[in-house]
Amino acid sequence: MKADVPREGGGFSLGEVVMVPVRLALSAIDAPLRWVQRRLGIGGMATFFLLPNMLIFGIFVLLPFFINFAYSMTGGTALFLPDRSFVGGDQYARLFDCVNYTDPNSCAEDTFWTAVGNTAWFVVLQVTLMILFSLVTALILNRELMARSFWRAVFFFPVLLSPVVVGLIWKWILQRQGLLNFGLYGLGFDPYTWLNDRNWSFAATVGVSIWAHMGFYTLILLAGLQAIPKDLYEAAEMDGTRPARAFWRITLPLLMPNLLVVIVLVLIRAVQIFDEVYVLTGGGPGTSTLYITQYIYETGFATQLRNPGLAAAASILMGAVLVVLTLVQLGLGRKGEKKGARK
Amino acid sequence: MKKTRTMLAALAVGLLTSTAALAGDVRIMWYSDGVEGEVLKDLLDRFMKENPGINVILDNVSYSVVKEQLPVQLEAGNGPDIARVTNLKAQAQHWLDLRPLVADAAYWDENFGGQADWMRPDGSNQISGFMTQITIAGGFANKTLFDQAGVAIPGKDATWDDWAKAAKQVAENQQVPFPMALDRSGHRLSGPNLAYGGNYIGADGKPAPLDDGSKNFLKTFVGWVADGTMSKDVWVSAAGSTYRAAADDFINGQLVYYYSGSWQVPNFSTKIGTNFDWVATGSPCGPSNCTGMTGGAGLVAVKYTKNPKDVAKVMDYLASEPIVKEFSERTLFLPAHKGVLAKGLDFKTDDAQAKAALNAFVEASKTLSDEARKLPGWLWSDAVYGALVTRVSQAAAGEMTVDEAFARIDSDIATKVKDSGN
Amino acid sequence: MSRVAEFIFRRRGRDGWHWTDVFTWVWLIGGLFIMFGPAVWLVGSSFKSPAALAEFPPSIMPYVTQKATVEGYDKPLDLYEVTMADGSRKVLAEVRRIGIVSQMVSPDKPTEIVKVKIAERTPVRTMSFATSNYSEPFTHFDFVRYLWNSVFVTVTATLITLIVNSMAAFALSKYEFRGRTFAMLLILATLMVPLSVIMVPLYSIVSALGLFNNLWGVILPTVATPTGVFILRQYMLTIPDELIDAARMDKASEWQIYWRIILPLTAPALAVLAIFSVVWRWNDFLWPLIVLSRKELYTLQVGLSIYSGELNVQWHFILAMTVVTMIPVVLVFIFLQRFITTGIAGTGLK
Repeated sequence: MKADVPREGGGFSLGEVVMVPVRLALSAIDAPLRWVQRRLGIGGMATFFLLPNMLIFGIFVLLPFFINFAYSMTGGTALFLPDRSFVGGDQYARLFDCVNYTDPNSCAEDTFWTAVGNTAWFVVLQVTLMILFSLVTALILNRELMARSFWRAVFFFPVLLSPVVVGLIWKWILQRQGLLNFGLYGLGFDPYTWLNDRNWSFAATVGVSIWAHMGFYTLILLAGLQAIPKDLYEAAEMDGTRPARAFWRITLPLLMPNLLVVIVLVLIRAVQIFDEVYVLTGGGPGTSTLYITQYIYETGFATQLRNPGLAAAASILMGAVLVVLTLVQLGLGRKGEKKGARK
Repeated sequence: MKKTRTMLAALAVGLLTSTAALAGDVRIMWYSDGVEGEVLKDLLDRFMKENPGINVILDNVSYSVVKEQLPVQLEAGNGPDIARVTNLKAQAQHWLDLRPLVADAAYWDENFGGQADWMRPDGSNQISGFMTQITIAGGFANKTLFDQAGVAIPGKDATWDDWAKAAKQVAENQQVPFPMALDRSGHRLSGPNLAYGGNYIGADGKPAPLDDGSKNFLKTFVGWVADGTMSKDVWVSAAGSTYRAAADDFINGQLVYYYSGSWQVPNFSTKIGTNFDWVATGSPCGPSNCTGMTGGAGLVAVKYTKNPKDVAKVMDYLASEPIVKEFSERTLFLPAHKGVLAKGLDFKTDDAQAKAALNAFVEASKTLSDEARKLPGWLWSDAVYGALVTRVSQAAAGEMTVDEAFARIDSDIATKVKDSGN
Repeated sequence: MSRVAEFIFRRRGRDGWHWTDVFTWVWLIGGLFIMFGPAVWLVGSSFKSPAALAEFPPSIMPYVTQKATVEGYDKPLDLYEVTMADGSRKVLAEVRRIGIVSQMVSPDKPTEIVKVKIAERTPVRTMSFATSNYSEPFTHFDFVRYLWNSVFVTVTATLITLIVNSMAAFALSKYEFRGRTFAMLLILATLMVPLSVIMVPLYSIVSALGLFNNLWGVILPTVATPTGVFILRQYMLTIPDELIDAARMDKASEWQIYWRIILPLTAPALAVLAIFSVVWRWNDFLWPLIVLSRKELYTLQVGLSIYSGELNVQWHFILAMTVVTMIPVVLVFIFLQRFITTGIAGTGLK
């Protein structure tokens, strides 16, 4: 059972160096762990395996989350919880203080509702287009192609770039003296400042975020496509099934588990969009690309006279929406899992 | 062998992560508009040679870090030992009182007393630090563009309207995209606001609702953005109160008239070079007066330092007359030091345009209104500036009418005042 | 596979192109330009001088104004092509410019000053790569230090992520215990809590633990990735339980089962997670920016953003340093491409 020895041949490979301390540590703690196992029993070892992850989760994710909850009930500008005054539901009340719920401008916190509206619109557009583009790309990459791994790399490449770099690259292209205007100038158009225009600026955030993340989802979908047994298609072919029908009856249902994972991930990430947009448009012009995470960040962190309580309340609301969305997805996902599991 | 390697790795990790402050360490968080970071480094190197026991570490950061990250660090009791900050008054509770620590408090009072109130809590006699530079907001004109267009540069008493008209004429004639630009900053908007007769400070010392003076200018301003007289780019390039400067457009010759301030002089001097001629114009006049805004960056000691004595030594050194003089002369900054000002400065540049510009700003400082002089030491300035930028940029983007923006500015400021519990 | 492809997008006859074939290649070529184009443009622009960056329309290749040393002048002078009064064109060197008039000399007659209106001259330009965009920042931009910090953060965080996540995934996939669903839900729920949202409380915790201005303050909050647990668990579910039962018969401890059976069998999924973790941690920006305020602790991304400080927007340096921070990730990608793509395919991610 020496399967864990790295398989790359020869001396001083990166993988080996990385693995050395890990392997030493892993075997060194076996003896004490046997003792632990005797005390806990086999079932109890589950707790042991979960513990480190849950501990880090607990301290750095859950605890802040609960503190956030407490923050949302307090007021003032102080950072540490004990220094803050309890205000109950005031922060929530302030967020929901609107004369007319269809018009953000009638609300006390108009910026919050603008951000919510922008985010909702962004999510609908971005998720749809992202799924569409990555599905089409995955289907194409699943075809018999010359240099397929090259093409895979082409679409995957932007995933590796940091959001800051992504933002900078596109800012550089969309600016007044950028590449896009250069192209249009060549075609005889006047330069246009795309990021000054509400609609173009919004479209740019959608497009750039798709550009940056599409490759990741394409690969997940591609993996699903390649896992579909080809004899299914052969059988269908013999029955004389038309390609379009085969796509709807074979490809799509069998791809469903992967597609669900992708939909969940895309949705969650879309609601949380921040970094690239912050660099690209900063939320402007006006507030047309101000999304909810930026609102939270600026309210609680970046402005003078911060209001962490209000930011916390907004983030709790955002979390609640995400939980609902994901639970719906998870429910659908479990159905799919049950179907596909035991085979 | 493998074990040794592992242990070495572990040791390296341990060493790397030990970040406990050593005794004698003094950290300065510093941002630069021009070359001042390098000048300061030079001065500090000299200091460390003379004081081998003190190790001064200079962290050069961007202005956005000072504006966005430092406040939270301070709130958490972290932060550097000394910081260069512009929003001095609002964070006054975090500054260290150097009065008992400096060698000669009377020297500080005499030379920096004029601005001491900008950086201390209301009602105290604390010495928090000193101004590394006094800045005056004012305009810059691209003289070459004016000459090429054959338009005369408006004179000393020219109004904002005169400038707008002239700049527009030049931009049209020279096919330049932007006639005028004003930084995305509440401080910058405030100069013309005051010149139009505005006043922010209410009778009780708290923010007053926007008055007609400010409203008149802001209306004009939004109109100018709409008709292209004012560059829209800077104002719509972010949401919220984020700072953006239009200096790049001016440097690239894309902008005829740029309203910014004296701190741009060294920047322009190095980056424009001989590409075109430029002049500083002071502040255009409004119906009430011709004021700009004053302000500047202060170097303050932070209360949470572990080495207050060493911090005081560093501050004493940097605030000493010869050092202030050298710093100002090399950075082309207007100093706050009374003694240095009285004896005069010999700015170290062979760029005649920069020298002329600095003189123009010294001249402009004489037309500052009383309100303008009060604002840097007023607790609520930042709240007002933030609301102005946020809402005016929304109006400039066409998201709301000016009147809606005015209502929002008032309510935003009122909320901030309420939130802070004062 | 080819037959599947043929089946899905069957060509109409062996010779002609079906519309799907055309579509495929339009999509691929378009994708090539859209995906790579911006990065190529960035790299190209990073070799331009500031003046070349500011001009519109931009040139594809980097050009600079040619200079010439003229007798009697210390510094090299810029060369311009000038339309003379008689309509002839001549190359002159500019001595100085006053307003709209430029004083120029002919390189072969250095004493005779010619006055030219600046509208009537165009710079003589040659192609030149401004490598100083790269070399100059290195004196201010402590690249090696930032690189080391980035590597340390990336490697440590990735190792911890792999260990911690795989242990949790093992527990969640191979044990029946009360609260398993709850634990899984809890982990998935954290997928929905972006860092930027819990930033303020997280900041107060990190600062209370003394991890402010400490690389561990950057590493620890990021290592318990829900995505990692999710990917690994899904993969481990496909490992037959019989293997584990057999090992238990052989008196293997649970720990041995984990690291001698489960981990090796999960290798493809671990590889995928490792690669993602490296990319994520390498590119992390906002959180390190908040936690690290000392220059000797900056990671590359923080160093880059600080360097491009807002008041000193010097695009030529920013572009060059952006390219520099991209290089390691691109290298990782080139060498591990096989792992990334086959790994994801292998994990199936079902």
